[in-house]
Amino acid sequence: MRYAFLLYSDPTAGPEEDSSEQADEMKQWYSYSEALATSAGMTAGEALQPGTVATTVRVRDGRTTTTDGPFAETKEVLGGFYIVDVPDLDAAIEWAARCPLAPYGSVEVRPIMEFPQQT
Amino acid sequence: MTESEVARVFAEEWVRVVATLRQDLGDLDAAEDAAQEAFAEAVRSWAVHGVPERPGAWLTTTARRRAVDRLRREQRFAARMPALARSDTWEDPDPSRLVDDELALLFGCCHRSLAIEAQIALTLRAVAGLSTEQIARAFLVPPATMAARIGRAKRKIAAAGIPFSVPARDELADRLTAVLSVIYLVYTEGHASGTGEMLMRGDLCEEALWLAVTLTELVPDEPEVLGLAALLHLTDVRRPARVDQTGLPVLIEHQDRSRWDAELLTQGLALLTRARRTHRPGPYAVQAEIAALHGLAARWEDTDWDAIVDCYDQLLAMSATPVVALNRAVAVAMRDGPEAGLPLVEQLMADPVLSRYHYLHAARADLLRRLGRSGEAVTAYRQAISYCTNDAERRFLSSRVDLLDGAAEPVRTQPR
Repeated sequence: MRYAFLLYSDPTAGPEEDSSEQADEMKQWYSYSEALATSAGMTAGEALQPGTVATTVRVRDGRTTTTDGPFAETKEVLGGFYIVDVPDLDAAIEWAARCPLAPYGSVEVRPIMEFPQQT
Repeated sequence: MTESEVARVFAEEWVRVVATLRQDLGDLDAAEDAAQEAFAEAVRSWAVHGVPERPGAWLTTTARRRAVDRLRREQRFAARMPALARSDTWEDPDPSRLVDDELALLFGCCHRSLAIEAQIALTLRAVAGLSTEQIARAFLVPPATMAARIGRAKRKIAAAGIPFSVPARDELADRLTAVLSVIYLVYTEGHASGTGEMLMRGDLCEEALWLAVTLTELVPDEPEVLGLAALLHLTDVRRPARVDQTGLPVLIEHQDRSRWDAELLTQGLALLTRARRTHRPGPYAVQAEIAALHGLAARWEDTDWDAIVDCYDQLLAMSATPVVALNRAVAVAMRDGPEAGLPLVEQLMADPVLSRYHYLHAARADLLRRLGRSGEAVTAYRQAISYCTNDAERRFLSSRVDLLDGAAEPVRTQPR
């Protein structure tokens, strides 16, 4: 079954920029991504730049509006995602718990909507 | 077979049929529907033809046939055929497979990714076989709400891939904790409802006992499984005496012990003995010891408070929670007098969890009353009432206030 891991964290949490803790964490991210690719059927995974450089686009009544920033101001912000393929939710939870961000952020495990093959 | 014997067969067979079919179909909803149809057919058929020799086999096979019919109608038979191509004869399911299927069902219903209310509702529906209306009534929510809750949980099971499987050995203890707490919550809900008029809802207590015993059969020799089963039996001993005719709670101190259930006491003690034999006591087992000490006392005056305090010491060492500390303080007061217990209780007044717990204030009120400090006792009882959400318990606490009001000194206010 395919799941999305949506990685959320408070921008002020986690290791400080350019610190040795951050360097350590980067190594953890690298191993984690490798492990997901090898053993969790990972087909996609990206880190996202901060919400402060996001733009939110909406079209209402034919008019396009753009907002500076993420879709909503929240304390925890989306920072990255993975798409994985594992046997069941237990497997997904186990993998999510190993995410380097899990100790200070949240990993949302959302099943992918599978559509029947179009012929 | 008498009507009540048939009812008992139904009650026992429900989980077996649902569990087996869920395994075959990989679909909890379809399993329940098929089981429902089979049981309905049994009611009609057995009335005419009599109860079959092996009712379980009859029910399982009938349910399976109903499931196959439905799949054929929905043209989904091909995908499911391998599993359903198992024997269609009147066979009792292989016992060890049945155990696995029932455990899988139970662990699936109690999966950690479901909200606890959903775990409880699902377990009562799929395992205990209560109807949605029965569960709704038991938890004092409208049937539509309960139906929505169960429906949502089943959708999540399907959509999120919640596994129905027996956990591996190294995970078993952890996963058991979830199942045990669901059963415990069902019992406590039945024993002393959080809201509403009645103090106890007996059906829930019975369901919890049945679930606990079933679990001891499915997972033998697990200390806390035995411990919980023992605790529930030994607590249920007192159920017939716990409320008076007007629905007011009766303290253990004043309960008519002749109404205590001797058979439950025997069964509870046997379970406790088995729990002790594992030599790995857990919190449920220790609480069971306390319940046993009450059950074995011929009169309130014969209660072995020393042993009870020892049990609370043990419990605190295992799980130092404020509620345990409070219960220990009450036991200390019984052993050493209210003057010994009061300081322990007052230490807990600052605890953020307990400060809104009506029992803390009621316990303090009771100790103040025993020390003759009636004015303060009345104030404390009133605080307890303000935090109490159960009508029957509120009435009980009010009655304590009434008793004291006559004896209370006027509360002296300080000049500003």
